Order: sequence, then structure tokens, then C-alpha cells
Amino acid sequence: MNKAAAKTDTVTRMSSPGRESLKIVFVGHVDHGKSTLVGRLFHDTGSLPDGKYEAIRAMCERRGMPFEWAFLMDALQAERDQGITIDTSQIWFKTNKRDYVIIDAPGHKEFLKNMVTGAASADAALLVIDAHEGVREQSRRHGYLLHLMGVRQVAVAVNKMDLVKNDQKRFEDIEREYRAYLEEIGVTPTYVIPVSGREGDNVATRSEAMTWYKGPTVVEALDAFHNVTAALDLPLRVPVQDVYKFDDRRIIAGRIESGSMKVGDTLLFSPTNKTAKIQSIEAWNVPAQPAEAHAGQCVGVTLDEQLFIERGYVASHVETPPIETDVFRARVFWLGHKPLQAGKTYKLKLNTCDTTVTVQSVDRVIDTTDLSQSDAEAVERNAVGEVTLRSRSMLALDEYGDFPRTGRFVLVDEYDIAGGGIISMEGYADQRGLITVRATNVQRVEHEISEEERARRNGHAGGVLWFTGLSGAGKSTLSVAVEQLLFKKGYQVYVLDGDNVRHGLNADLGFSPEDRAENIRRIGEVAALMSRAGFIVLTAFISPYRSDRDRARQAAGTAFHEVYVRADLEVCESRDPKGLYKKAREGKISDFTGISAPYEAPVEPELVVDTGAVDIEGCVESVVKYVEAKFVKQQSRNGN
Amino acid sequence: MDQLDALESQSVYIFREAFNKVEKLGMLWSLGKDSNVMVWLARKAFHGHVPFPLIHIDTGKKFPEMYAFRDRYSKEWGVNLMLGECPPVESMDPSLPPAARSAARKTAGLKTFLEREKFTGIFAGIRRDEQATRAKERVFSPRGESGAWNFRDQPPEFWDQFNTDFPPGTHLRIHPLLHWTEVDIWRYTQREGIPTIDLYFAKDGKRYRSLGDQDITNPVDSTATTIDEIIDELETTKVPERAGRAMDHEAEDAFERLRADGYM
Repeated sequence: MNKAAAKTDTVTRMSSPGRESLKIVFVGHVDHGKSTLVGRLFHDTGSLPDGKYEAIRAMCERRGMPFEWAFLMDALQAERDQGITIDTSQIWFKTNKRDYVIIDAPGHKEFLKNMVTGAASADAALLVIDAHEGVREQSRRHGYLLHLMGVRQVAVAVNKMDLVKNDQKRFEDIEREYRAYLEEIGVTPTYVIPVSGREGDNVATRSEAMTWYKGPTVVEALDAFHNVTAALDLPLRVPVQDVYKFDDRRIIAGRIESGSMKVGDTLLFSPTNKTAKIQSIEAWNVPAQPAEAHAGQCVGVTLDEQLFIERGYVASHVETPPIETDVFRARVFWLGHKPLQAGKTYKLKLNTCDTTVTVQSVDRVIDTTDLSQSDAEAVERNAVGEVTLRSRSMLALDEYGDFPRTGRFVLVDEYDIAGGGIISMEGYADQRGLITVRATNVQRVEHEISEEERARRNGHAGGVLWFTGLSGAGKSTLSVAVEQLLFKKGYQVYVLDGDNVRHGLNADLGFSPEDRAENIRRIGEVAALMSRAGFIVLTAFISPYRSDRDRARQAAGTAFHEVYVRADLEVCESRDPKGLYKKAREGKISDFTGISAPYEAPVEPELVVDTGAVDIEGCVESVVKYVEAKFVKQQSRNGN
Repeated sequence: MDQLDALESQSVYIFREAFNKVEKLGMLWSLGKDSNVMVWLARKAFHGHVPFPLIHIDTGKKFPEMYAFRDRYSKEWGVNLMLGECPPVESMDPSLPPAARSAARKTAGLKTFLEREKFTGIFAGIRRDEQATRAKERVFSPRGESGAWNFRDQPPEFWDQFNTDFPPGTHLRIHPLLHWTEVDIWRYTQREGIPTIDLYFAKDGKRYRSLGDQDITNPVDSTATTIDEIIDELETTKVPERAGRAMDHEAEDAFERLRADGYM
């Protein structure tokens, strides 16, 4: 087994600062021979330091065991004694093509956090599968996690081919099974290679025992990976890391995660939406101060205006800003000892921003062994799930699909980094447009008639009754009935209905998440105006998002009354007055609330009417009673 | 960006994260090639400034050239230098092999110093390629109240989101050079014009690749008298960097034991 004839021709002089360097992580199920393969790779490319081979042999003899390549990287005594890799390690070697950092990651389920630590910084991965045991739990989980960690280039080594007598059929069966799995998660391996780490077959040299295999060796497969370059083509993102005032300069420090900047560019800082021009890009011990800077660089800039800026803000160009939102969806992998649970609060580390988020919902849990999905309340340790997270303040972020580096985050549970995730805004709107006041030369006009005076004449105060609930919950029926009854009782009352508004005021809006949010924003503003004019306005919109309703509340102030029209999804679907649920189930309507888009129930509504439990007359009565109690002052009633 | 730019950028990012998140910081300055690069990178990160003290834990047994270097550049660079002393070798764990026992003085000196000065975070210039247990380190590496390294259960660390939340009493080792290699250090030293101690250059066919205490550090065979020649030598040599450091070779786990106890 000892192919002592080392191939030293791969380590001639070839390092130079201009050479490419690539980080490769070796992953796979425990005992499938990752560390052994690394050891063999180093030996056969002549990369072992002097005396290392002899030192490993001595360690093995001391333990009375056969020669063990894994001891090259399993540096800890506990690892050698137990024969497993506990923590991730790194080692350097080079081929004619370029330099490599090899990252060895543990395959034991218990050390998944260490595997993730190792894999996260890799440019590419070699996934190792034991030919004798075949595809196992961690083979799949590691494949899935690599994809989630952002490692896009994967090759597969089917190892220990010597144990299956170099059987071509066995190899092809494993290749077929594993390719099918990877394909389902969107990964296409560059190569699948039959290998024997112990014998050195197809590692650095072509196997004589497997002449049926015509593909590349492991070394050739590594050399075939592409170099990963910084995201120069994407729009500019610079999360602010700190603001320095060591001398007379006020320097904004951060790393350019994507794009480029130059002196004179106007930077937009989110989420405060303040802008300033770059006055200088500062650098120390360079021949000349730079005029521009690019993705991958850590920079310090000075601005032409002294804006208030703090760590966590994101700088971009004005035309290509990040998303602003206080709610987002994410696919997370969980490493915490305690499961991730709906309702729980965690510290979010997003770019350089630390803040608190609450898990609004656990939407599904994904079994990485068979990719099945199920509903669950929690994501357990070492599992993957989809969740919706909400923060108290506005966040500047990106979707992972567009911006891999600024579209990911970690969660901290007490003192531990407990999970990582990638961001999706599916079904949620960018709130930037909604919170930014475009016109700046606008001033409010004071009315000569006070709201008090209007209330005295009408006999009641103006206000907004904001009905929210699922489609079919009874919002329209209820609002129209309440309107009729209040009108008969002498109230100034008006229903703003969804379809009617879309015929006129909102005729320019479609059904994208942004348009839906804008639809609700306009209705909120119109309702607020009408309530100030003295009307009791009833609005009947699904308005599924809490952030949209909160904005409507802000517009109307204390005159806003949220009425939660509650009915179970099953009840609403059985009513289906407009036939919409049927269409949504058939896939003819996308993003339908309750079916394919979320409904965020009110947290503290002023009133709840349960149309599933109480009949329509009872519900109308409770709303009217509420209005009489809240909108009518006893003295003003008497005054009329 | 070339490879040195990428290495520099990563180190600058680490420095700035630590400076923002860790309350009382200091940097270990052993006067060797790595820690001089580390000081340099801090000045890159903070635009010419080193906004924390440099700490030299003095075993009293360093080469005279090292003390001369320290006195000159601490003034020239305008840094705040703090000195820590080490206890006598007789008070160290007698079950350690002789050189490791001697090296353990530095750990003990560091612990005493940290306790006295109440530092919460210390920059140390270790690299993954130096030694196999160092290869398993984290960039932000928490130590309990005893200063021990719990290598069996290290926290996860990914996407440059470093661990900054700890129970009271924890202090941090921060490793801004963890991803550098020996030849990277020399290339950067050359590119930036960073001063180095002459002991690294060959005299009479020998040079020091790694500097420690005089009595437990040996020179290696070499003819390299310039940085260019050192880089040439490193590209072809198969002699490990710490071959001249006696404590690494006394027993299989000697270095692991030192590190678990808090050695750099």
C-alpha cells in the first residue's frame, strides 16, 4: 500500500503572488475516508513535509495499529485515539496549476457545526462516499448544506473502491443514486471519480486496477474547478463596520461585499436613506491614495457631509439600493442545542448589523435525507427549515439569490452561534418606497375647523374600522351590514371596498407584493383623510401583512381601530364566495393568502369578531356596540 | 486583487470586527516576523494608528537582537508597549518535557499579565500552517476563566460572523493571521517594506526560521541572505517551519498540551 515513489514533479518552483489559490473542503459521512484521502493526496503529490511520514508511522506503531493516513490532519490526541475527526483543519499544497488550501471537515453528525465551519469558506468541495457502504445520511446532508452554504462547485469521490474489488457496476449504482439526489437540490457535480485513498488509485495517478474509468483523477478534478472571484458585477454593497475618529479625519470603514465605488460617487445609507458624496478613499502605506475601490477590499472613506452613520448601515449607490423590510423569509440550518421555535427571540447578525428578531412562524422543515417537507413548530439541531423572521426595526438586506454575501445571516441563541440562513422575500414587499417621502417641499396646512367641531356636528368622532381577515372570512358582508345599520342610526359612515378602489384610485396597481403593499398604503391614507373629515370609514381588505396595517394605523393615529374578522381557513375555503380558493388550489392564482402566501394575524386588535362561531347578526351587533362605545361621547350626543 | 491583497483584506476585516466588539484589547508582540506583519496590518486597518497596547511577554531569554528591535520600533511606530514577566521554570508542570516546560513559562506569564491588566481580548499572530493543532483554531477563540482552550467543543464560525457573545469571565484570543502561510508572511514583508530581525537571514550556512527563547530555538541549514532568497528556499523546502523549536518534537502531544493550557 505504500506507494513511496512520490510524484515530486508537482512541487517544483511555481509559487508566486500572482498564482491562483483555491480552497477545497473534503466532506462526507463519518468513516468514508476523507482524512485518508487527504493524506494520500499529499503523499502522492510529494507535498508532505520531511519526517511527517515517519512521524505518522511512529504514532501508529505506538498504538499498535496499521499505518493511518488520517493522522496527518487529525492532530488532536482525542482524534487519533478515537479514530475520528472532531474539528475541521486546513493544510496547504500545490499542483502545476495553482495553490490549494485543503479543508478537512468532520463527518460525524455530532460535529456538524465544525463541518459547517470548515465548508463555509470553501470555493469548492470534494464529497467523499464509501463504495462499500454507499450513500449515507451525512452524504446527503453534507451535499445539501454545501449548497446552502454557498459552495457551488462539487466533485464526488467514490472512495474505497479496493473494498468492492474495483467493481464498475457498484460504482455506477452509487453514481446514479447520488447524482439523482444532487440534481433535486440543484447541484450538478463536475465529476464523479472512483478512488482508493488507501491504494492511491485515481488520486494523483490513474488507476491500473480500474481501466474502465476514463475520467479525471482527483488532482485533475481539483484543477478543473474554477477560481471564485469577488462579485464585481453586482451593485455596490458596503455594510458599515465602524466609524473612526483617530485624527482629524472621520473615516467610515467597511468591506465592499459587491460592486465598485469611486471618489465623487453619491452613497445612499440604508435604512436611514441619507446620502453623501465620497470625498476620499483612505489607505495607509500606499504610493498614492486610491481613486476607486472594488469588491473584496476593506476600505475607509470620508464623506462631503457629516451624516450620522453607525455600524450596521449599508452603503449603496442611489439607483440600486438594498431592500428595506422588517420581515423576511429564510431557509435556515440549525446547530443550536435547543431547537429553533416559533415565537422565540434570537440575536440576528446580518452583515455588520446586530439586532433582535422573533420567529414569526416555522413554515416547514426539510428532511435532508429524502428532501420531504413537513409542517412543524420547531427546527431541531442539525436540521434545515424555512422560517419567517420579524425585527422591531427596519433592516437593509438583499435576497440571497441576487446577492449571496449580503443575503445571508446567522442567529445567536444566548451565547452561541446557533444557525445560519439565506434570505428570500417571496411574498413580502420591499418597504423602501413606502417609507420614503419623495417630495421634500411639502408642508401641512392647519384647518380652521377642528376635528372636535366636526365631531360635535356629526354626533360622533371620525375614525377608521380596519377589517382584516382571510378571503371569505366575511369582511365585505360584515362591513356593508354595519354600514347600513350605522347609517340608519344617523352616523356619517362609508365603506371602502377593495374591488371598488382598484377600479379608480388604484387602477394602476397589479398584484405583485410591492403593488399590494402600495394598494394598502393608499387605502390607509384615504381612510385617514376621510376619518379626519368626520366619517367613520369601514375598510374591507385582506391586508395580510402586519407592516402594512401598522402603516395604516400610523396614518390615522388614535382614530384607527383594527377589527380582526376571524374564521378558520377551512371555513373560508368552504364558503369561497368568489371561487378564488378553488382557483388558487388549482394553481391558477399565485400568492393567494392562506394557500400560497402568508396571513399575519393581528397581535393586539381593538376588536375580534369570530364569523366562524357567531352568526352575521351577532357579529354586526358587536361591531355596532363597539362603535357606540368608542365613537360617541355622551355630552356631544346630548349636545345635539 | 492579488493573493496578498486578499489576505490583507481578510486580516483588516478581523481587526475591525474585534475593535468594534471587544472592550479591552491588546496585541501580543513577540518581535518575530509574524507579529511584525500583524502590527503592520493593524496600522492598515486603523489608517496608521494602533489603537491598543502591544504586549511583550518577556521570558528574559530572547536574543539580544530581539530586545534591540523592540526598543527601536516601539518608539519609531509610536506604539504603547506593555511588558509582562514570566515565572521561573521550576514553578512549571514537571510532567512536561524539558523544552515544553520552559515554553510554558510564557503561558504562565501571559495569564498573570491578563489577570492583572483585565484584558478581554488579545490578538495573537498564530497561523494554521505552522502546526497541526493551530490549524484547528478559530479566528475568535474563546477562553474560559482559567485561560484554557476547549478544543473538543469549539463554537461554529462561518461567513465572517465571529462569535462575540460570551458568558462573563470569558476572554478572547483573536487570530488575524490564521489564514496566512509562512511564505505569504515573507512576500508581504517584502512588498510593504516591514522591518525584520537579522537572525532570519543566513550567517555561516545557518538561519533562524522561527524565533523563540535562545536556549530552546535552533537555526536551520540555509544560505538565504535576502527575503527573495528566503522565498525561494521556502518554495522548495520540505523542512517544517518549527523544526528548530525544540518543544514541538519532544512528545506527540507536547504542543497540544501547551496549547490546551493557553499557549499561543
